[in-house]
Amino acid sequence: MTLGSVDLHPWFLENAWLIPLIPAVSFVAILAFGKRLGAKAAWIGIGSVGAVWLLALGNVFQWIQRVNGFRATESEHGAPEGHLEAVSAFGRSVMRPFSEASHHEVAFVEPITRSMSWWSNGGMSLDVGIRIDGLAVMMLFVVTTISLLVHYYSTEYMKDDRRFTHYYAALSLFTASMLVLVVADNTVQLLVGWELVGLCSFLLIGHWWEDKPNSSAALKAFLTTRTGDIGLLCGVAMTYFVVERATGTGSFNIGAVNEAAMSLGHEGLAKSLLFWCAAGLLLGIIGKSGQFPLHTWLPDAMAGPTPVSALIHAATMVVAGVYLGARMFPVFFQGFDIAGGGVNLMAAVGGITVIIGAGLAFVQRDIKKVLAYSTISQLGYMVMALGVGAWSAAIFHLFTHAFFKANLFLGAGSVSHSGAHHSFDMVDDMGGLRKYMPKTFATFMIGTAALSGFPLLAGFFSKDEILATAGHNGFEFFMYLGFIGGGMTAAYMTRCVWLTFFGEYRGRKHAAHGHDEHSHDDNGHTEPHESTFPILMPLYVLSFMSVFAGILFAPMLKDTIGSSIFSKFPEWVEPGGDGSLFVSFIHPEFSWKDPLLATLFAAVGFGLSYLFFWKKAFMQDATQKNKALRQGKTFLENKYYLDHLYTDIIVGSVKGPIARGAYWVNQNIIDAVLRLTGGGVRKVGQFTYDVLDQKAVDGVPNGLAAITGAAGGSTRNVQTGRLQEYALLILSGTVVLGGMVAALVWAS
Amino acid sequence: MNFNAWALTLVVFIPLVGLGFVLLVPKEDEKSIKGVTLLATIASFGVSLYVLVHWVGNKFYETDKLTAFVSEHGGKHPFEVNKPWIDVINSNFHIDADGLGLPLMVLSTFITLLCVVYSWNHFPEPHNPKAFLALVLLLEVGMNGTFVAQDLILFFIFFEIVLLPMYFMIGVWGGPNREYASIKFFLFTLFGSAFMLLGFLALYFKGGRTFDIAELMASPEIAEMARSTQLLIFGGLALGFAIKVPMFPFHTWLPDAHTEAPTVGSVLLAAILLKLGTYGFVKIALPILPEAADTYAPWIGGLAVIGIIYGALGCLAQTDLKRLIAFSSVAHMGFVMLGIASGTTFGINAAVFGMVAHGLITGMLFFIAGSVQHTFHTRELSRLGGLLTQAPKMGWILGFCAMASLGLPGLAGFWGEFPAILSAFNPAESIDKTELFRGYMVIAAVGTVLAAGYLLWMLQKVVFGTPKDEWADTEIHDVSKAEWIAWLPILGLIVVLGVYPNFLFKLTDSPVTQLFGG
Repeated sequence: MTLGSVDLHPWFLENAWLIPLIPAVSFVAILAFGKRLGAKAAWIGIGSVGAVWLLALGNVFQWIQRVNGFRATESEHGAPEGHLEAVSAFGRSVMRPFSEASHHEVAFVEPITRSMSWWSNGGMSLDVGIRIDGLAVMMLFVVTTISLLVHYYSTEYMKDDRRFTHYYAALSLFTASMLVLVVADNTVQLLVGWELVGLCSFLLIGHWWEDKPNSSAALKAFLTTRTGDIGLLCGVAMTYFVVERATGTGSFNIGAVNEAAMSLGHEGLAKSLLFWCAAGLLLGIIGKSGQFPLHTWLPDAMAGPTPVSALIHAATMVVAGVYLGARMFPVFFQGFDIAGGGVNLMAAVGGITVIIGAGLAFVQRDIKKVLAYSTISQLGYMVMALGVGAWSAAIFHLFTHAFFKANLFLGAGSVSHSGAHHSFDMVDDMGGLRKYMPKTFATFMIGTAALSGFPLLAGFFSKDEILATAGHNGFEFFMYLGFIGGGMTAAYMTRCVWLTFFGEYRGRKHAAHGHDEHSHDDNGHTEPHESTFPILMPLYVLSFMSVFAGILFAPMLKDTIGSSIFSKFPEWVEPGGDGSLFVSFIHPEFSWKDPLLATLFAAVGFGLSYLFFWKKAFMQDATQKNKALRQGKTFLENKYYLDHLYTDIIVGSVKGPIARGAYWVNQNIIDAVLRLTGGGVRKVGQFTYDVLDQKAVDGVPNGLAAITGAAGGSTRNVQTGRLQEYALLILSGTVVLGGMVAALVWAS
Repeated sequence: MNFNAWALTLVVFIPLVGLGFVLLVPKEDEKSIKGVTLLATIASFGVSLYVLVHWVGNKFYETDKLTAFVSEHGGKHPFEVNKPWIDVINSNFHIDADGLGLPLMVLSTFITLLCVVYSWNHFPEPHNPKAFLALVLLLEVGMNGTFVAQDLILFFIFFEIVLLPMYFMIGVWGGPNREYASIKFFLFTLFGSAFMLLGFLALYFKGGRTFDIAELMASPEIAEMARSTQLLIFGGLALGFAIKVPMFPFHTWLPDAHTEAPTVGSVLLAAILLKLGTYGFVKIALPILPEAADTYAPWIGGLAVIGIIYGALGCLAQTDLKRLIAFSSVAHMGFVMLGIASGTTFGINAAVFGMVAHGLITGMLFFIAGSVQHTFHTRELSRLGGLLTQAPKMGWILGFCAMASLGLPGLAGFWGEFPAILSAFNPAESIDKTELFRGYMVIAAVGTVLAAGYLLWMLQKVVFGTPKDEWADTEIHDVSKAEWIAWLPILGLIVVLGVYPNFLFKLTDSPVTQLFGG
């Protein structure tokens, strides 16, 4: 069956449910046979992820066909070309649901949905199913690609690890859970994937759980994201009722929620419900995607093996929050009134995160922590982008960031593995490594350039698009925030590269220590050397993507060269439509101002950093001389005291005084009331007992004593005497009380 | 002979017959005693499973299938027995299976069987398997009976039967503080029962001189009863049930009882006995007195969320593994009560699910705590550590159960927790306190974080890290064969119900909709 030239039953898209299933099977297989297979267990994981990667590619191709088919059908019907151009300089107006500007309508590309009933009760029902659209397909590609590379990389990096099979089992489970999240067609299924990736993150951060810092980092990650999940749980519950308000029947279906949110936007009461939904879901995003103020777990999560940091804590799991924001964008769009411009909660959270993350990246000694804070900052860009309505730019940045950040993390792993005796300390154990590991150096430089927004590389285009759209949609403040963040990014990456690769090698005199030392014996490498192929190959692939991924959404190149390749990304990923099912987007007209400004800020950041670290040109002792600067540095080194606030003050008081206080109340007040009552009743009863005819009740105690004797044997006897007494007393007591209640009942 | 008509009677009384045989065997012949007990519990579980399979096979969980059956068989349910019993007070031996009691009855026979298997080589001091197993069988009679009784007097008797064996189990086989704990348990519950009995009597006298639950539900006298009377009666019933649940602030017997009880006692207490209370709410208090239930709902919901937070805080303050798990029950039963308080079909389905899930998960946690104590002779968290190194299998199982207990989706605990939170957003319209319940929703959601907190800290102390020096020379046994046999079915069910919750929702939905859907 076709619609125009659209194949309505494309095999890969319809069978996307296989994609999470295969790694799930692999997880079980590795658990079952891993011990026996030893190092070969890795190949179960690699094979399954490889198969899944091919399926994902199939999805990409068929989705592109589908988009082309739908849009071709549409142009036959005479819809105008050139839907990417802007109509007006006043961005706010064009972001409204499309009823007001329907002449720009682009055909809505129907997502592929398949589902079966999962459970139903009490009039509610829930399906389990897939919802494959441009966003999901993009995510499938990213997750499977990075996962495959990390699987391969780990064969070398994790060689001889004491829990090699556990590691691969957890990677498989992670991949499966992440893909469940990606293809989910309803919020509850998404929640399932969301929590399971959290579990895998917990397991992998705490991979070397013998050491307390590692298990503490794992706990911190799980608990912090769970704090965000308070919002997510409530948000998922509330969105169900958003659909109920719009249609009369509630639903967890993501499509239904989005449609309901679009239709309810103008009602006052529904608006406040939508606001709370958006706020709840945003809290979930804040937890998962490392946004201020719940970002503190992410740097600690670097305690896990480095490939895990690349896969989970940079490229995929941490963007689950951004993915949720993009998936359910209409809820945020309406709840936060994003079309209105100005300031909203989502943009503010993202904007703050951009700056505070970048700030902390300056004072780290640990190369992975620089990258972790950089990840926080870049995730801030994505959330901010969603908050300013730059939907396509947000997920495009997610797309490019996944490649260059995975590149950097794996590069850092290569440096540590082969060049720094498994240490991550840039100050003490690195320096001058470009001479020893030129290939790693080259790929790391490419990643750095892409991240810093070097012109024409991936990060340059994706970041520019965010900022240009922010300005266009009336969020000028956030646009400038983004420019400043870009300058800071270039500066801290310059410092990082300087410490790692330039100057003199400082590591020789140090014995092996650091995070990853557990995984290896020190192989007697005294001299730093280049890594082997399984480590380098992923770096090459990711470097390639870091250079070229950006051209899929490059208005600058489209403007100058004119090929349609430069606007393919939004074309494939955006749902289109008339604004009733999803928000419709219009992109700003290209202006040279944005890329020039961004490049200028980055160049200034680079230049200052270069002069400061390389040339020691100025203010080397500024923190000694100037009190304000010194305090600023201390403030940064203490991570804005947020860890202190959370760990020592909040968690410490809940675990300590508050829990102990509650327990004290339990033991000394609630229980004491009981003991006092018991004592009182006993006294009343003693009196009753004394005046009762003992012979009448002789049978009861005797019987009880007999059973007790039989049960307890001869050695241990319960104080049967007291039991008889108590039972009798309580009975007489309750008779009195009961009489009172009965009297009340009858009287009424 | 019609087997179906006897099935429920068999489920309830086979253990009693087993008890008779156990008493006949001499105390020294432990093998025969264990054998007879095992046989009795297997038989009881087998018949209950037969009932379940028959029920599902004939699709009695669909309302119209059940109605069709009833109209074909002269108004009788598939497994119903209704014989005159005490004519003077019009009390009948009326037992029946429905989608609410059935899963709990199967859970009861199932867990009891596994407890017998577990205790095979695990009899705590002062040993004496004969007395111990006799008490387990007596306990099972009471538990099974409660979940099938359709007559308030019958219900009350079964409800009370469980007290005695549990009292002796704690008092004789318990820990150092067993006497205090056992008496506290006994008196506290008996105290609640007295009010419950008063409530039953009031229903009898005011509701048309019948103890039959179905008749009372339809009783016009109760429908026309003064509101204040309804409230009083409901208060009495609720007090009895709330102590059993236990709800804050009636929970203080629970940590003591659990901490002191032998492993099997703790498992049965957590898995089944607590459910008698919540089951009482769903089966008796709410359906018979719906208006009073609506009035009380905000209070019950309030106490439920206090319990969620308070129980979690209690957990955080513990230094003893078993006491920590005991306090977690207070928190988990809070979720169950929140679902019940919402008064919605969805919430009550979640509550029944939560009962089963908590029974499996917390029962399992107590099993592990028992084995940890058996191995290390201590439950002090500060002395434990590195279980994954010394007994990796047990460590992973404990980790798995902790994850299930904190409500990880994909495992059973989630489906009791999340739907309860969801139901609190929109409580039944008749309750008319929607805003308040939305506050409860947020508090309950906060409780899930605290749950993750205490469980993960427990894991960090017990499972992760390296073993303490004092165990360096101790030979540590990992999971034994009897333990595997007892545990694997529970672990399997936790996964199965987590992945496909409809197995249970399907059973409960129709009776819940009938009772609370209107």
